[in-house]
Amino acid sequence: MTQPKIIVVGGGLAGLMATIRAAEAGVPVDLFSIVPVKRSHSVCAQGGINAAKNQKGEGDTTDKHFDDTIYGGDFLANQPLVKRMCEAAPGIIDLLDRMGVMFNRTSEGLLDYRRFGGTLYHRTAFAGATTGQQLLYALDEQVRRHEAEGKVRKFEGWTFLSTVIDEGRICRGICAMDLRTMEVKTFAADAAIFATGGIGAIFGRSTNSVVCTGSAQSALFQQGVDYANGEFIQVHPTAIPGEDKLRLMSESARGEGGRVWVPRNPAEKRRPKDVPEAERFYFLEEWYPKYGNLVPRDIATRAIHRIVYQEKLGLDGQAAVYLDVTQIPRETLKRKLEGILEIYEKFLGVDPREEPMKVFPGMHYTMGGIWVNGEDQASNVPGIYAAGECEYQYHGANRLGANSLVSCIFGGGLAGAAASKYAKNLERGAASTSSAAFDAEKKRQEKKNQKLLSQDGSENPITIWRELGDVMTEHVTVTRINKNLEAADAKLRTLQERYKKINLSDRTKWSNQTLNFARELENMLILARVITLGAVARNESRGAHYKPDFPDRDDANWLKTTRAKWVNCDIQLTYEPVDVTLIKPRARRYDAVK
Amino acid sequence: MAETKQVIIRVKRQAGPKEPARWEDFSLKWRPSMNAIICLRDIAENPVTRDGKKTTPITYDSNCLEEICGSCAMLINGKARMACSALVDHLEQPIRLEPMSKFPLVRDLAVDRQFMFESLKRVKAWIPIDGTYDLGEGPRVSPEVQEKGYPLSNCITCGNCLEVCPQVNEHNQFVGAAIISQVRLFNMHPTGAMNKRERLEALMGPGGIQECANAQNCVHACPKGIPLTESIAEVNRDAWKQALLGWLLG
Repeated sequence: MTQPKIIVVGGGLAGLMATIRAAEAGVPVDLFSIVPVKRSHSVCAQGGINAAKNQKGEGDTTDKHFDDTIYGGDFLANQPLVKRMCEAAPGIIDLLDRMGVMFNRTSEGLLDYRRFGGTLYHRTAFAGATTGQQLLYALDEQVRRHEAEGKVRKFEGWTFLSTVIDEGRICRGICAMDLRTMEVKTFAADAAIFATGGIGAIFGRSTNSVVCTGSAQSALFQQGVDYANGEFIQVHPTAIPGEDKLRLMSESARGEGGRVWVPRNPAEKRRPKDVPEAERFYFLEEWYPKYGNLVPRDIATRAIHRIVYQEKLGLDGQAAVYLDVTQIPRETLKRKLEGILEIYEKFLGVDPREEPMKVFPGMHYTMGGIWVNGEDQASNVPGIYAAGECEYQYHGANRLGANSLVSCIFGGGLAGAAASKYAKNLERGAASTSSAAFDAEKKRQEKKNQKLLSQDGSENPITIWRELGDVMTEHVTVTRINKNLEAADAKLRTLQERYKKINLSDRTKWSNQTLNFARELENMLILARVITLGAVARNESRGAHYKPDFPDRDDANWLKTTRAKWVNCDIQLTYEPVDVTLIKPRARRYDAVK
Repeated sequence: MAETKQVIIRVKRQAGPKEPARWEDFSLKWRPSMNAIICLRDIAENPVTRDGKKTTPITYDSNCLEEICGSCAMLINGKARMACSALVDHLEQPIRLEPMSKFPLVRDLAVDRQFMFESLKRVKAWIPIDGTYDLGEGPRVSPEVQEKGYPLSNCITCGNCLEVCPQVNEHNQFVGAAIISQVRLFNMHPTGAMNKRERLEALMGPGGIQECANAQNCVHACPKGIPLTESIAEVNRDAWKQALLGWLLG
């Protein structure tokens, strides 16, 4: 038998963890990433990583972490694997600690923990306000070590185009494109793990990085890999609006005592510092006395929208509220929040230590993603695994802050181990697959490139992308109304028609970013429709999915997972029950005691 | 009709490593809080030069757009910096965009910084853990060490410190300040310190720490404010100590 081999696509936290586990299992890995893996979007995660270590004597337990996660996700997550993740979380922190992550420390030299949204415990370990960057670097370093030992080969600057699926409907490798030479090539592997992250670009502007387009997920979907709960999109309550991106202001600002407010008088003209306490409306603290500024993100986002659009209390009549950290001691800000305060200062030219920040909700995360089973991150196509933000498993209808990093590392580790085992136990490995399947896939992808490079048309890909982002942000984020959702889908179909007339202003064959972007755009349009159609169908409100015409959660009809399938080149929605065997669903009320 | 404010951008174009370089000017519509990346996107949507000639969109690297991924380093008005945080209103026009000069050019503003990642391999910039299975907690670290180490660990491998270093040139393979600072970080960690010797040795060959000529440009160019000169001084002392000890013990 030949040596089994694994491909990992994506070099963020989940992809790197999967790579490490496979390398440890003795299976060589080819790691593909658009950017050098150290530049992956995980670097943008700020606030921290959750684990019930109970190091503040509060009686925190992994069961409470599990309950907060399920309740925070409005009971849409399948429960058994979430429980396993919460139980594994303390060990994950230990592992990262051993890898040398410069976590903040207590005076005893132990890890420090802070509060985050949707929990009443100090459960979040952190490294300043750049925790994602610090964790990614730790895993990047370990992968570099495996690379130096010859266990991992990196293909940085390559983009995934499609998988190679044989006549038995088994994945035997991938087809990818070198972003410099624009060469299309196939790579054989016994299993492929996808850790391709978020989909922010579908919403135009978001807190995500440029590479977070969801293109890989969409390509997989079009090859028969199911996509689950696409309609669940997290809009983070506190971001700084910008034309190129919405820059995140971490929940940790509130975890460390930051307060959200607006002047009670909408005509207030004084500087924020001069507005007396009694004339400030700390609306989250008033509306949610127990959790205050640390309600989950969907709740805080809707509250800010209500303040701005219904109460008309936005700052200077604009879509903005204050996020105020000026009352926190300077020394604490320096040790615990410096990274995000620097971002605010650099991009806005205002010192947030002196003056409250102006923030507004921004698209941040997808709870939905590639459908995987409840055991080992395997998709419905044999040989294809998924981990991290690109899959749907852990966060239900709303993700709690600081749970994403733990789900990336837990899911990535699980996928790496499971794919290795699968690859070792395959009766007939990829090496036995006929070259015809590989040749056919390569030809199909090359043909796409040739068509895009040669066709004449009137449409610019960036213009179509901007319109895509506008319609998705307007109708498919915080407040969803069926009539508008249907209009959004009609618009998406128009954009798909216009896409056919796309004209690339660059037809060269060296480092042509326009060609790659055009390919991604086609995939984004399809995934946008999966999200929108899922939202149209789900006539209830649950977690981040809010329909004023159906304001309540409807467990009788909608306690189920949306599972989109690609059938005859079209999107078909199917549903399956949620595993709620461990915690019985109960009403989710953050304004009352849990 | 009110005159709309324009932004004039001058970009150094090069279709590939072996192609000739040329300059192209673009005139864009000014908007509040514009940065260099927004300008490049505007050009991609309408790739027409200031004098009305059709051209191609500009190839450049970018990802996070908040100065933490390290992708978009380039020369802006001659200064090595990140494009995402280069705000148009703070820049003199025409705004000149050029690729970094110390790394192999890919196309237009995109360069290949693989050398830095290879250097991280050379100095073994990692903590050699036994495995990812459960081995309990890591060593205790005092807040003092954490507060020294964390800023070093903020290095985004952007390459600005190499770009401004006179010792990084075609005549030598100096690894540069970023890498030396990483050696300091790993040598500071209780577990990392066990391989301190190996890392220092890796820094003593050609392209190693002795190439530093103390120009101190690096520390001023670092977008993350990392105390690079302090790192070089400390690692240099350690390297000398180790070399001397090796010589004494023969």
